Amino acid sequence: MMKSWFKSGAPWIWLNAAAVSTSLIMIVGVLGLVTVRGIGHFWPSQVMQFNYMEEGKQPQIIIGEKVDTSITPAAMAKSTGFKMAENEETLVQYLIKTGNRDVTGSDFRWIQERNVKDQSEPADIMVVERREWGNFYGQLLEVKENGKTIATGEQAWPVVQARIEEALAVFKEIAHLEKKEIGAINYGLERLRLKQRKLELKNRLDDAAKQQIAEEKAGFQEQYKQYQAQLAELYQKIRRDRLVAKTENGSTLEIPLAKVVRAFKPNTMSLFEKIAHYGTKVVEFLADDPREANTEGGIFPAIFGTVMMVMMMSVIVTPFGVIAAVYLREYAKQGFTTRLIRIAVNNLAGVPSVVYGVFGLGFFVYILGGNIDQLFFPESAPAPVYGTPGLLWASITLALLTLPVVIVSTEEGLARIPSSIREGSLALGATKLETLWLTVLPMASPAMMTGLILAVARAAGEVAPLMLVGVVKLAPTLPLDGNFPFLHLDRKFMHLGFHIYDVGFQSPNVEAARPLVYATALLLVLVIVGLNLAAIIIRNNLREKYRALEG
Amino acid sequence: MPEINLQTKYSSALKQTDGGVHERWRLIKDTMARYGVIAGGLGVIVAVVLIFFYLLYVVFPLFLSATAESVSQYNVPESALGKTVLLEIEEQNQVAARFTDTGQVVFFAVATGKTILTEAVKIPEGAHIVSFSQGSPINEGAVIYGLSDGKAVIVKHQYKITYPNNVRLITPSLKYPLGEQPLVIDESGAALEKIAVRIGDDASTIVAKIGDKIHLSHFEKEKSLFADEAAVTRTDSVLNYAAADVTDILIDKDERNLYLLSSTGRLGWFDIGDKSAPALIQSQNIVETGQKITSVAFLNGDLSLMIGDSSGLVSQWSKVRDKLNHFAMQKIRVFKVSDKAVISIKPEQRRKGFMTVDADGIMGIYHSTSEREMIKERVGNAQSVAAAISPRANTLLVQTEDGKINFWKVDNEHPEVSLSSLWQKVWYESYPKPDYIWQSSSANSDFEPKYSLTPLVFGTLKAAFYAMLVAMPLALMGAIYTAYFMTSRMRQIVKPAIELMGALPTVILGFLAGLWLAPLIEEYLAGLFALLMIIPLGVMLFAYAWHYLPKAIQQQIPEGWEAALLIPVILLSAWFAFTVSVPLEASLFHGTLRDWFKNEWGIGYDQRNALVVGIAMGFAVIPTIFSIAEDAIFSVPKHLTVGSLALGATPWQTMIEVVLLTASPGIFSAVMIGLGRAVGETMIVLMATGNTPVMDLSVFQGLRTLAANIAVEMPESEVDSTHYRVLFLAALVLFMFTFVFNTLAEIIRQRLREKYSSL
Repeated sequence: MMKSWFKSGAPWIWLNAAAVSTSLIMIVGVLGLVTVRGIGHFWPSQVMQFNYMEEGKQPQIIIGEKVDTSITPAAMAKSTGFKMAENEETLVQYLIKTGNRDVTGSDFRWIQERNVKDQSEPADIMVVERREWGNFYGQLLEVKENGKTIATGEQAWPVVQARIEEALAVFKEIAHLEKKEIGAINYGLERLRLKQRKLELKNRLDDAAKQQIAEEKAGFQEQYKQYQAQLAELYQKIRRDRLVAKTENGSTLEIPLAKVVRAFKPNTMSLFEKIAHYGTKVVEFLADDPREANTEGGIFPAIFGTVMMVMMMSVIVTPFGVIAAVYLREYAKQGFTTRLIRIAVNNLAGVPSVVYGVFGLGFFVYILGGNIDQLFFPESAPAPVYGTPGLLWASITLALLTLPVVIVSTEEGLARIPSSIREGSLALGATKLETLWLTVLPMASPAMMTGLILAVARAAGEVAPLMLVGVVKLAPTLPLDGNFPFLHLDRKFMHLGFHIYDVGFQSPNVEAARPLVYATALLLVLVIVGLNLAAIIIRNNLREKYRALEG
Repeated sequence: MPEINLQTKYSSALKQTDGGVHERWRLIKDTMARYGVIAGGLGVIVAVVLIFFYLLYVVFPLFLSATAESVSQYNVPESALGKTVLLEIEEQNQVAARFTDTGQVVFFAVATGKTILTEAVKIPEGAHIVSFSQGSPINEGAVIYGLSDGKAVIVKHQYKITYPNNVRLITPSLKYPLGEQPLVIDESGAALEKIAVRIGDDASTIVAKIGDKIHLSHFEKEKSLFADEAAVTRTDSVLNYAAADVTDILIDKDERNLYLLSSTGRLGWFDIGDKSAPALIQSQNIVETGQKITSVAFLNGDLSLMIGDSSGLVSQWSKVRDKLNHFAMQKIRVFKVSDKAVISIKPEQRRKGFMTVDADGIMGIYHSTSEREMIKERVGNAQSVAAAISPRANTLLVQTEDGKINFWKVDNEHPEVSLSSLWQKVWYESYPKPDYIWQSSSANSDFEPKYSLTPLVFGTLKAAFYAMLVAMPLALMGAIYTAYFMTSRMRQIVKPAIELMGALPTVILGFLAGLWLAPLIEEYLAGLFALLMIIPLGVMLFAYAWHYLPKAIQQQIPEGWEAALLIPVILLSAWFAFTVSVPLEASLFHGTLRDWFKNEWGIGYDQRNALVVGIAMGFAVIPTIFSIAEDAIFSVPKHLTVGSLALGATPWQTMIEVVLLTASPGIFSAVMIGLGRAVGETMIVLMATGNTPVMDLSVFQGLRTLAANIAVEMPESEVDSTHYRVLFLAALVLFMFTFVFNTLAEIIRQRLREKYSSL
């Protein structure tokens, strides 16, 4: 029986089917993992209070969020050095996010379940998100204004909330002044300096020019003084209030409200409050600047940088890709040349992306950029303008990298257009260009769109070449802003993929940053899966349409 | 992609001869567009060729041989002031110094030989110079004169750079670092026949040969917080060594090792860490019998001695540690420089290169670790007397017996790279044996970069091998099933789903591999191995059971949906594997499997290892292979399979004997392209391995690939430096690797398409 079953080959078919199932489980598993971990990050979890007593030590109170649980069998725990009692079968440990890095020196600690005497979720525990030192967990004692206590106990909570609102408004104003207004002044001063240097180099720096520059400079400085005065006032205002809180070990800590992002009591929050909290956190994540060395706050500059780079790249890659595809399909005689081109396209698709990075760095940045600097920006030497990695070179490098995607997709679209359409157009007296431009290309536009979407998806996820040609972990300014000429192609930028690499592997506090990395990864996956699905749907619609045309 | 042949060409019905400006304009536009499009199409080829040639263009200078050319020749300046004992060039190649045997120092312009300054060293009256030596060629530029009355004078030559009127002006001067008073080395006033000195920041050591004794004096500055003048403590000792025929004395820069060389070829090596009790470590003969040592010098870093002998050989001797942790001087490599005696060896100051001059007046520049002969030229018309190479190793001076000084320029940018140093084992200083090492930078300034690409290529292939081990079975078996056995409805979902897997950014896979998978595997290593056994077993069991289920249930689910049925089976088996593995691991391996491997087999475990990379990169490669292989199998002409089935073959027999055979070139090209992808993948390996360039086959050890290495080191490498060019070489190697695979794969696919269309 068994033998005949094996002879029929059915087991092998089942095994092959298992390979498909495994692949499917893997892809779904990865997507699921990223989704679950990424979504969970913003949810305000309950804060626990543990009565903890280690053997031979004083009992202590630990306050924090339970982040992870690990269960180790007794034998393994023993071999790693834990003392295990005879009747214990497993060692259960919890990873607790205790925050208060300024007090304890670390954000996380492992505790053993067997040492936990009791645990509770006290209502009065407050979580304070800070701009420095990470989260704070503890009880609110009082609020101080200029060193004087203005509210204590029960009354303190609403007062703190109101004061935080105020402080946040002031903080926003300060940020606006510093980044926007003073940033613009600095930019203007730098431009003046370059202008002066340019005139010097051309030997045309006469007294009139000097005076004009001096006047402009004085104007900027006048403005700067004004802002400076405003800032001083605002700083005084924001430094006024502090809150006093009790930490888990009973000590008190004063937290200036200037450093507080928000304070909340997760244990008393209702479901709706939690949802609202979740919403504000998501918005912060998408729209704010990162803080604490990228491990907290938002990723807006990374999203913005990615989008800018991808847009620039699209502008470059589409015409080249389409022209190459048109040549292959419409102009070239199928033969040696097209074969060669196809081999070239396949090679472009197969060359490791990091090689593009190396090529981009050497050829675009150092050779092209270096020459551009010499020719057009001699005044800013020795500081490079285009002779250093930046947005423009990153876009061009990725355009080269994604060229085959656009070519292959467009070519497929062109191949599907029935030749009767071309013949009809030519027979009516249109030139080949007119046929192409007015009938073939419009029909193939969804295919081009597909190619472009796939190229964008590829570019958005690519990191290795970008590390060499323009991405940085923290860009002080966005490549697009209100200062003339608005679009700064020479600037370095942030990128979602690189952000994941950098925060996940290069940051000093990987454990604390991990949830944020998952959230960023989820965003990137959503964007890329979305783009790919769109491309698949467009392509399928296109196929249906042409099938109808031919039939 | 289906191939639609467009062999027929169309041309417009518009007559070329039709008149009218408008028509002509249309035709012109048409022609212009044609050329534009042709240019665009060929541009793709240009792009590939450009990448290749640009990489080559950057790499090429690595393998260019060095050149040297004579710039000028002039008479020895102030030749009346004595014979030259030492020639030196300062950093900017403008001023040179000639030290004479009468205690005069002549500074002259390097290019013209015009005397800039002549200064006499302060030698006390009644004494004359007996011996002379250079303290160190680097930085300090100190020399020592041993006098006939047991005293010694130490002099530094210094160069001050000023910019009056924006022109660089270099002013040379002499300085006495240990005071103008001569140091009394021998109280009895005997002549210092040979002498050597080393001057450090806080301590200086002088070693002199007096009669048949070697005398060591050490001066140490005691830094005091309050006193401006540091007190100097002096330690003296006499070495227990038969020194009658000692000709050369060398002290290393840490003032811990002393080397005494005798004309008979004997090397005595002393540990002088304790200055009051120098200890002889080794004394051995280092040249062939009958030969003599004719010149000796430290290689930069003072870890090796370069010893030139009368037969024209230069051998490199270095301290090598044996298995018992004992150090011994060993000959690391030998250069055949000439047939005549090597009369002078001058080390480069920033690299492990050196210049030799032989008795015939032939100058050679060599690099020790790359074992390259960079330059060999005759300099001047007579035998050489003295030679100097500049600190940047780009100019040299040679004085010949006919009273001329020859000034040469040297262009020698990348001596440290050769095919042998890139690909073969190299015996670096202070390593116990020749080895493949990649170590491009360190904090230390006289560190020698080690550029062996072998460990990186090894790492690349290792990562690719494990990735293919994971990806190939899954992708190919999956492709077979999807293309041939799966119902088309399921195929419409499965194929895009797996292709979507390929679109996932590798940075996310790498991040998951490094921060989620690696700790997980570390914890459940046994579970992973159990998984490999239990899943196939579970699948087979289920399949067998399914075979015996009542037909009614079987028919509920038509053929071609097996994959969907198996999903819960696999999930259950996986869960079972992990649950079973924990108690099994504890009882079978007494603790964790990791410890067991370590204790029983001596296999260490890195958390981020080749296994993790294999799984993560396998994941990334599966869609590539799957997609192409599936296309190849799916487009096998139907009449072949139908014929086979009609002749009574089972579907599986048809698959193996007909379909796979026909599609095998396509499958091969799929594997090639997958391999190309695995070789070039950067982010996954960067994040999922420890990036340690070790050569270890173990699946539990980390690795470093060419691509990851580029990503890590490229941003920090200086443009046009050797490091930069070697990284470009790594990129070129990657490019060629994938070029071969991709071209091969594409040609095979083109052939296959023709074959199918003809069938």
